[in-house]
Amino acid sequence: MDKDEQALSGTPAQQSGAIEMSGAEMVIRALRDQGVKHIFGYPGGAVLPIYDALFAAEGLEHILVRHEQGAVHAAEGYARSTGKPGVVLVTSGPGATNAVTGLTDALMDSIPLVVLTGQVATHLIGNDAFQECDTVGITRPCTKHNWLVKDIADLARVLHEAFQIATTGRPGPVVVDIPKDIQFRKGPYVAPDSIRHRTYRPKTDPELGQIVKAIDLMSKAERPIFYTGGGIINSGPEASKALRELVKLTGFPVTSTLMGLGAFPASDPQWLGMLGMHGTFEANNAMHDCDLMICLGARFDDRVTGRVDLFAPGAKKIHLDIDASQINKNVRIDLPIIADAGKALREMLHFWKTQRRKVDQAALARWWKTIEGWRAKRSLEYRNSDAVIKPQFAIDRLFALTRGHDVYVTTEVGQHQMWAAQRFGFEEPNRWMTSGGLGTMGYGLPAAVGVQVAHRDSLVIDIAGEASVLMTMQEMSTAVQHELPIKIFILNNQYMGMVRQWQQLLHGGRYSHSYTEALPDFVKLAEAYGCVGLRADKPSELDDKIKEMIEVRQPVLFDVRVDPKENCYPMMPSGAAHNEMILCDAEEEATEVSEEGKVLL
Amino acid sequence: MQQKNRVERHTIAVLVDNEAGVLARVIGLFSGRGYNIESLTVAEVDHAAHTSRVTIVTSGTPEVLEQIQAQLGRLVPVHRVVDWTLEKPGIEREMALVKVAGTGEKRVEALRMAEAFRARPVDTTHTSFVFEITGAPSKIDSFIDLMRPLGLVDVSRTGVAAISRGAEAM
Repeated sequence: MDKDEQALSGTPAQQSGAIEMSGAEMVIRALRDQGVKHIFGYPGGAVLPIYDALFAAEGLEHILVRHEQGAVHAAEGYARSTGKPGVVLVTSGPGATNAVTGLTDALMDSIPLVVLTGQVATHLIGNDAFQECDTVGITRPCTKHNWLVKDIADLARVLHEAFQIATTGRPGPVVVDIPKDIQFRKGPYVAPDSIRHRTYRPKTDPELGQIVKAIDLMSKAERPIFYTGGGIINSGPEASKALRELVKLTGFPVTSTLMGLGAFPASDPQWLGMLGMHGTFEANNAMHDCDLMICLGARFDDRVTGRVDLFAPGAKKIHLDIDASQINKNVRIDLPIIADAGKALREMLHFWKTQRRKVDQAALARWWKTIEGWRAKRSLEYRNSDAVIKPQFAIDRLFALTRGHDVYVTTEVGQHQMWAAQRFGFEEPNRWMTSGGLGTMGYGLPAAVGVQVAHRDSLVIDIAGEASVLMTMQEMSTAVQHELPIKIFILNNQYMGMVRQWQQLLHGGRYSHSYTEALPDFVKLAEAYGCVGLRADKPSELDDKIKEMIEVRQPVLFDVRVDPKENCYPMMPSGAAHNEMILCDAEEEATEVSEEGKVLL
Repeated sequence: MQQKNRVERHTIAVLVDNEAGVLARVIGLFSGRGYNIESLTVAEVDHAAHTSRVTIVTSGTPEVLEQIQAQLGRLVPVHRVVDWTLEKPGIEREMALVKVAGTGEKRVEALRMAEAFRARPVDTTHTSFVFEITGAPSKIDSFIDLMRPLGLVDVSRTGVAAISRGAEAM
């Protein structure tokens, strides 16, 4: 029976009392039933029916971006800061292809997104129609899952499955591609609770035998370390709470990946700082010398491990991850636990307490003494200046002057991102939004838009570089239109700073195309967008200008002119091990990066 | 170390929902992550339940093979993944159609070899045979090697189908 005939004769769902509506209305209804309050999007021909349904919809706020990449990053910032899925609505063809960078970013960093794309009408698919592209083909490798809905009878189910798959298990982005004729066609709507996926059953409960083995290893460890990651943040605030309790109970040191910052408070004495390529001396050395590594919701990324064959050579490794494919991917694991981080941590706490476990106090005291020795190196220190603003100083002042505010921080990608990760102390989860896995320059400004949409009264700051921020600068217009007072704190060194640093360290100081000769005047640019522009050239003006930035209830572009040649240290060069760090400029000349190291990114 | 890096050939069976694009997901996973596909066999095995069975012969170190299995398990429409070689050695079969052209002594020899391999001529002309042969992939390899000097013209292989011994299902 052809679909139109079926519609005429009445579908089974219709007979059972399901509500009949158009595909476009169904989209709006499904979003509402899924608890969506905000959509980031950009209209176009193939989504006009949905935009038409949105016109009259109440309780759904649409944020009109200036580029689809901005919509996806904004949705990422929204999701990361709230724990709820970010929702994006874009058109076919260029609308979908522009979303690809954001989708890949969200996939790498496990951010739950539901991206709805318009598609040309089903009879035109494959015809090279206007604004047609193979959206499901293009987005297949950069989504957790995707669908092309060719039958109105499938639409409601697919929309609900999309939310389920994006938000459960290891979160990630999904795409639902909806042809224009399906948006017009009428069909039965089914509610979310009637959906049960045929194959998708993420495993979130830990095997208790593994938990007991883990606390066994923990109670016998002499040089233990917690290595935590974004999985703790994704699991929700309860996981952070459980982590804090477990860290207190055991007295073990804790370090974190870039994505995991905020899960454990940076002000705590057991906090060693971030690890990895620009991690602290104490965190990396503790990782190298530990005898038990307890990895919680992290994935042994190459930025974290450095040279894999020299990675924590004497350590037994416990790996807790919700995604079984992460176990043994880069590093051999002695004890895997496949589960949701929060659930596993609560079980660890439960067994630790009920079995009255104790740690090896004497050994732990010796371990802490060793760590204090590394800490005494004060690897994040830098030489300050009265004449020129050091980027580290700018971040320290920003951090100091924003205490007492309800602060969310996003970043772009590069030196400023690493300085922010090293120096801006995060006390709570969901406060730090950055592009970790993909390293997307241009992430921070639109992400700040998304965060501010979710937290209207909070102070949302994008710690930016001048090169990155120009990639998605157009979203300032979005911020102005929607009255989102985001603060873009640009550490302007006129270089692609991290590129310049690598060219200095690895390519003989040949600064090939890493200097931006024709930068815009950011203050005038701010005025052109209809927001506030600020500039600081000298360290002495910084505090007043930062205060002004905080006070203004408008979007701000703050051009902080910093030392153009400052390098980001400490640094574990690629191809090096955790105990082979460069601490400052004086050391870098003595350090030869190996030929293999140069090949690595 | 040497021992760890040895490359093994494994047969992996994947039971998937037969939805649009599912094969592209499986193949895209292999190409995207740099894994090998030596052969691939796909067909719907339960028309009522819309499930298909994908049988993949792949090669890699034990670490890579473990990753392949885990990554396949992560795909949303996948019901089950079994590393056949590792978990339940069973029966592997492949079918091939082999075309041999020639006359005289070579033609007689080809027919004699075919009989020895239990390959059946399914098309015969005065100057050619098409043989149908079923067996383990290694048997088919040997047969094709033997046909080469006897006038091998064309080969079409199905890829491997695999099933476990005994009463249990996948």
